[in-house]
Parts: sequence; C-alpha cells; structure tokens
Amino acid sequence: MSRDTSYQAVMARKNEIMKMSMGLDYDVYKTGELAFDYEKMMDDCGFTLEDVIRIQAETKVGNTPIYELKNLTNAVRKTCKPGKGARIFVKDEAANASGSFKARRASISAYVAQQKGYKGMVAASSGNYGAAVASQAAQRGLRCIVVQEIYDSNKIGQPEIVEKARKCEAFGAEVIRLTVGPELFYYNLMVLEETGYFNASLYTPFGIKGVESLGYELVHQIREKTGKDPDAVMITQAGGGNLTGTARGMLAANCNAKVVACSVDLSGLHMASDHDFNRKSFTTGHTGFGVPFAVWPDRADVPRNAARSLRYMDDYILVRQGEVFYVTELLSKLEGMERGPAGNTSLTGAVTLAREMDEDQIIVVQETEYTGAGKHHNSQLSFARQMGIEVRRGDPTEGVNGKSIVIPEHLIQVTGHKQDMQKLRMSYLKNACKHVDPSKWTDVDKAFVAADCKRDLPWLEESLSKLKAEN
Amino acid sequence: MVKAGTWVEIEKVLLTPEQRAPQVPEDTKKVPYVMRVSGFLQKDAELNSEVTVKTLSGRIVDGTLVLVRPHYEHSFGDTVEELLTIGLGGEI
Repeated sequence: MSRDTSYQAVMARKNEIMKMSMGLDYDVYKTGELAFDYEKMMDDCGFTLEDVIRIQAETKVGNTPIYELKNLTNAVRKTCKPGKGARIFVKDEAANASGSFKARRASISAYVAQQKGYKGMVAASSGNYGAAVASQAAQRGLRCIVVQEIYDSNKIGQPEIVEKARKCEAFGAEVIRLTVGPELFYYNLMVLEETGYFNASLYTPFGIKGVESLGYELVHQIREKTGKDPDAVMITQAGGGNLTGTARGMLAANCNAKVVACSVDLSGLHMASDHDFNRKSFTTGHTGFGVPFAVWPDRADVPRNAARSLRYMDDYILVRQGEVFYVTELLSKLEGMERGPAGNTSLTGAVTLAREMDEDQIIVVQETEYTGAGKHHNSQLSFARQMGIEVRRGDPTEGVNGKSIVIPEHLIQVTGHKQDMQKLRMSYLKNACKHVDPSKWTDVDKAFVAADCKRDLPWLEESLSKLKAEN
Repeated sequence: MVKAGTWVEIEKVLLTPEQRAPQVPEDTKKVPYVMRVSGFLQKDAELNSEVTVKTLSGRIVDGTLVLVRPHYEHSFGDTVEELLTIGLGGEI
C-alpha cells in the first residue's frame, strides 16, 4: 500500500519516522511541562569525551592545528587604545577530512549509524554539514543522501551551495536539490521513510557530543602554547550546535573563558523568501538561524534539541557582510591563509572584541572552513552584483541587506555590534510562556528554563513578574 | 534520443503552489516546490519526457528529463576589484 505523500500526511507521521530513523526515544527524558533531563539525554548516548576523540581519529577528524595570527593582531592593535588588542588565535578546522568543523558533528552519527546496522545516512543540509556526513559515511561504508535547498524559482543556484553539492557528490553521496522553502523537512522525512536510513540530524546528542572535542582540544592547545587559559572564545552561531558543543568541551577541560557567539547580521531578509534567497551572501552563520535558535532551540527537526546555545552564551556579537569579506581578504593577505568566508564570521567578531581586551589576553577563533570555487568571498560578491546588489568600499554601516554590501575601507571600520543578552533571554522566556502558561510550570520547569537562559531562579522570578506587568 | 545508462538530471514538482506549507511567505507561495536529482537513465528516452533514474544511493526516482550529463560551472566569479587593494598596507 502506498502511503499518503501530501504535506500534511507526511508531517503527521513525523514522530514515527524520527523514532525509526534514529532509534532514540525522547519521551523518556521529559521531566515537566517544558523541562527535560538534558544532561541525562547527553550522557545516555554513551560516549565519553575520550570515546569521541578515539572515534573521530578513526575517520580523519580532530586534532586540528591552532595558529596565532600575529600579523592580524598587530594590525588590530594599530586601531585601538595603547595596551589593548588581545592576541588572536585560530583553530584551523578546515584541516578536518571534509574541510570544516562539521566533520566532528557528523562523525559520531556515522559511527552510531554503522553500529546500529543502518545502510545509509540522510542529512538535510545546504552547507558544510552535508559534505561532512558524506565524507564520514564514505569512510564507514554507508550510503548517503544529502537534501539541499539550493535554487530559487528561476533555477539560479546559490554558488556556495552548488559547490557543496559538488563536494557531496565527490564523496559518493546522492544530492537532492530543492527550491526555496521550509518543505525541505517534509521531503527529508519522505526520504527517511523510503530508505530506512539513519537520520543524521544536526541536533541530536551525537551531533553535539562530536563538537565537545573541539572545545576540549583548543583549551589544551592554548595552555600548551601560552601556559594559560584563553580569555574568550569566539564561535559562529547558526543553529547553536557549534557553540553548545564547544562550550561543553571547554567546561570538560575546566576552562571558564567567555563564550561569545557571532553571526552575520542579515536582518530584513526573510529566510523562506524565494526572492531574498539569492540576495544573501551568507548561507549560514547568520541571524536568520542564529537568533531564533538561541531564543528557542526546540524548533529543530528533533523533538528536543541537544544544541542549547543560550545555556552557554556570555555575549553575542553581530557583524556585517562587508566586514566579514574584508577580514576574509585580510586573513589571506596578512596571514597567508585562504579560508571560506562563512567560517570567518567568528574571526570578524574576534577582531572587534580583541580591541576591547588587554594585549596580554587571548581570544580564540574556534573554526575555519575550506574555500574554493563558489565558496569564496570573490564568488559571493560577484554573484551579489549579478543579482543587482551594489558592492562598494566605504562605511559598512551604510550597507542595506539585500540591496548593498559595503566593504570597509579600513580595519578601524570593522566594528560589529553587540546584542543585548538580557533582551535575548527575555525573548526565550516569552517563547517558553507561549508554549506552556507559566502558571503551569513546576519547580523542575523553572529550574530548566533558568538553566537554559544561563541565569538563576531569582532572575527567572523577577523576569516573569516583569513580563506579567507588561501584559 | 538519450541512451539508457546516461548520467542525467530530472526535475519533479513536489508541491504545487496550492499544496505548499501554510507558513511560507507570499512570494514563495506563488511558485511550486521543485526537486531535482541526478542519476543513471533507466531506459532510452527523449529530453523533456517522463523517465526514471537510478541515483547514487540506488533509489529509483521518476521525473522529467531536463539535463544530459549535468556538470558544475560554478567559479570564483568575475574579479571584484574592491578586494584587490585590501591588506596591502595602505589602509592599515
């Protein structure tokens, strides 16, 4: 009997398909109306950090180099007050098998899929994650299907995603190319149902566990190189998994450095708009994912998201498209490292934060990504021009998303801007209230929400009263 | 005529505009939701006809034959002169 493949019918089978494709029952972790036992869910996946590192070493993941960017640091110091300008280090995650930190995220899922006897893996990703799953699946003898959002309705492909499709095919994966829309999730479910493959969601405990090794490694490498701990770690924020995993790994290494998120500001552009799709020069690491996932992580393709970034975030910096392209070019010219622009989002954030920090302090940029045709700042800017976007040098604050990209004339114009963390936390709280009326929250729910906001119970009570007064 | 076994790309409308998810914005709602995938053509066929292909994961998928031996043309783009002078010393 053939199954109903309408949008509504497939979405209604979501939980059943999820259970079959991951072998994970999320119901057992429910502890309240809102709350679930996050740490138990993370522990139950059964991998210690040592296991993760061992498994990753089997498939060319991890132990990536860390470099001090002395020339860039010196350039930054010329743009700030005497005594300021922290030492900038970068962890060269492009050295992982598939060219980005996402290999860490895919590695444990691939291991689990193999152990559980799945024949293949399915990943919904237009980015580095798809290539990472394809690379890991290839090494474990698994088939792989990557489902991408790649074209607008005029069949114009975003160059960065076209390159990712090529890379996935290079690793032997089938690439399903879709037009713009959130229905990608619907088709992903259909493919999982049809194939019985493992669901390599980005947001499972396996995906996050795999990134813990990154935080752990970077702390040890900095200690080895400098004899001290980093003061801040800058992490590109999209769905929140990069930040969550890295921060958890840092805590496992007993490091309490500031955890700072950074996204490209794409405000004004709609993520599901066919028109806006090819007027964005960044396909990830931007506010279209970064902010919604920070203020309500349980919007992912799994019942409970293991990536809970607000739990670990101390600050959140936004940078402009033109600023990231400028810093990407500087990385090539000053440091002799050519890396992909999306991965340099956090590098751009680090430039802005380093200026406020003392010169004996250390800031770590925890990733880079590979670059190549399509996945290059020149490709993106050239494509933007073709799409009618003005590209010029000048004051980057004059750039209007979807209309113009203004590349700074001078490093001093790379400033970014900080988001108000209190506002973000209140936004999370409002979302929590929308899901379950606070009058129904138990003590367990309250403790869970407070922890998800990286705040204590008195903060929660006070904030709830404020919200009540506002209504 | 395209020979069986040729590497081709097919296209298929998954959802018509009326069938699209309720939450999509207006401009997206006006266009169909389209899927494209590459695979080996199962039987000799004409371009733009309905065919089946075998994909790299071994799935059999049907759709309209739109491309023969699809290839990649993405590049580094036209030279963006604005980038060339960055980092040469003048502005820092």
